[in-house]
Amino acid sequence: MIFNIVRKELKSMFASPMGWIILAIFTALFGSLYLNGVNGYFEVMSGAVRPAERVGVTQFVGQTVYGWAFLVVLFAVPLLSMRLISEERRSQTLPFLFSAPLSLTEIVLGKFIGLVAFLSILILYIALMLCTLNIWSDIDFGFIVANSLGLFLLIASASAVGLYFSSLTSQPVAAAVMTFITLIALIFMDRIFAGDPTNTISQLSLMRHFQAFSTGLIDSADVSYFLLVIMMFLVLTIRRLDAERLRG
Amino acid sequence: MTNLTVEAIELTRLYGGRPAVSDVSFNLTKGQVLGFLGPNGAGKSTTMKMLTGNLAPSAGSVKICGIDMIENPKEAKALIGYLPEMRPLYKELTVDEYLTIAARLHRVTGKHIKKAVENAKERCGLSHMSKRLIENLSNGYQQRVGIAQAIIHSPMVVILDEPTVGLDPIQIRDIRALIREIGGEHSVILSTHILPEVEMVCDHVQIIDKGKLVFNGGIDVLKRQRVGNKLLLGFNKAPTVAELLKIKGITEAEAVDANMMRIRFADGADDNKVAHEAIVQAAVKNKWGLFQIAPDHTSLEDVFVQLTYQDNAADTA
Repeated sequence: MIFNIVRKELKSMFASPMGWIILAIFTALFGSLYLNGVNGYFEVMSGAVRPAERVGVTQFVGQTVYGWAFLVVLFAVPLLSMRLISEERRSQTLPFLFSAPLSLTEIVLGKFIGLVAFLSILILYIALMLCTLNIWSDIDFGFIVANSLGLFLLIASASAVGLYFSSLTSQPVAAAVMTFITLIALIFMDRIFAGDPTNTISQLSLMRHFQAFSTGLIDSADVSYFLLVIMMFLVLTIRRLDAERLRG
Repeated sequence: MTNLTVEAIELTRLYGGRPAVSDVSFNLTKGQVLGFLGPNGAGKSTTMKMLTGNLAPSAGSVKICGIDMIENPKEAKALIGYLPEMRPLYKELTVDEYLTIAARLHRVTGKHIKKAVENAKERCGLSHMSKRLIENLSNGYQQRVGIAQAIIHSPMVVILDEPTVGLDPIQIRDIRALIREIGGEHSVILSTHILPEVEMVCDHVQIIDKGKLVFNGGIDVLKRQRVGNKLLLGFNKAPTVAELLKIKGITEAEAVDANMMRIRFADGADDNKVAHEAIVQAAVKNKWGLFQIAPDHTSLEDVFVQLTYQDNAADTA
């Protein structure tokens, strides 16, 4: 049943211009970042004489591309997640889902997976682009896998946050603004507390936990942090929708 | 008992302590069309939301074909088709796409989906609109799509909230015929504030006012209250009430104004014919100057107002 909701979400995402525009913009962005990375690699490496200064092409280009990937989280997620529930509430289509034989958990999970699946197109696309380096070089696939997984978890966490804010209001724009602000706070939390790296609050930062992935390291602590964030916001969303049914 | 499709037991819903619906109980059996009447804000939509599991009742319970809506919401919801007051349409999709999604979400299995969609389109007169975007359809056609999604999985109970709002007279007639047709095999609950509509399509009526059920019975009970045994008479020289009551078959008479009288017969069609004749003959004989004789229909509106008004009076007393 969840799969049917996922299909429905993907269908309406591809039926609206927003989805296509976001795919197009980010494809262009990551495409140019990739080209810049490849060009820059030869310039920088020809200047680097000592072996310690030399890095592999995967890491060099990969870091250029994945370094900017948080833009997807910051801009694409709020724009796409805002409509998930609040748009349905505004156009009064929620009863369509609520009166179908589906539990709230299935509805929320379906919408969440739908959004993450849509954004995974970008993750896959970036990974494939980096794999093309393999044509003339020997690349480090592990590095790409770790980065892709990190980006996937980052996007999934942000989507869960966006889904929750979308369930709070019937105004998609309000949901997008709230999601955007929360994501900025979560992403740059570690920068704010940069002076004191042991600060507990900075541990909450999404980017801090993404850093390990971006060096090619899959740390179970970071994975569990992302999973906890996702679970917490999904549960909050379900509870919020349930409260609506109970209190009206 | 196996024929009961909907059981509502003492449904109550509070909004911030104020009851929107209180103690509404009723049963519906297979093949019945139930009309839900009431003035604006009486609690019709709230009751329907509770029946379909969109809103949790504050007290009481709903059973669909014996399955409790609160304990087994998924199984109960699978037996219901619901068209809310505001049509839940995804306007960016085409009719076919939307109905396919509706069929899938209502557990129609893969190979039957196409047939179910075709069937629903045909019954709602949408076959030639398959590839159109819902957004571009007229109001009436959008309403049909709404009804189509409610019947696509052939549910046991179809619940329609004001299905004929905003339609043109021909479409209204089509939709009414469709409701009658659905009512043949399933149970239908529809809410409306158009009274003649109830008379045309429903065989059971409930009137709700201020969250309370004020009338619950067959449509024939309502009809009897208004047609058949009453006459409105116009006289140039009106007789007294006593004189009229002497005529055989007349059980009640009252003066409406100086020239008009309203009379009531005893029940039974044959007596009426005799009594009609007797009135005319008496009028000629006594030179009452009869100029009008017409059946007096208390409109359904009157019955409705009477029922809801009594309730108001009781409240203020």
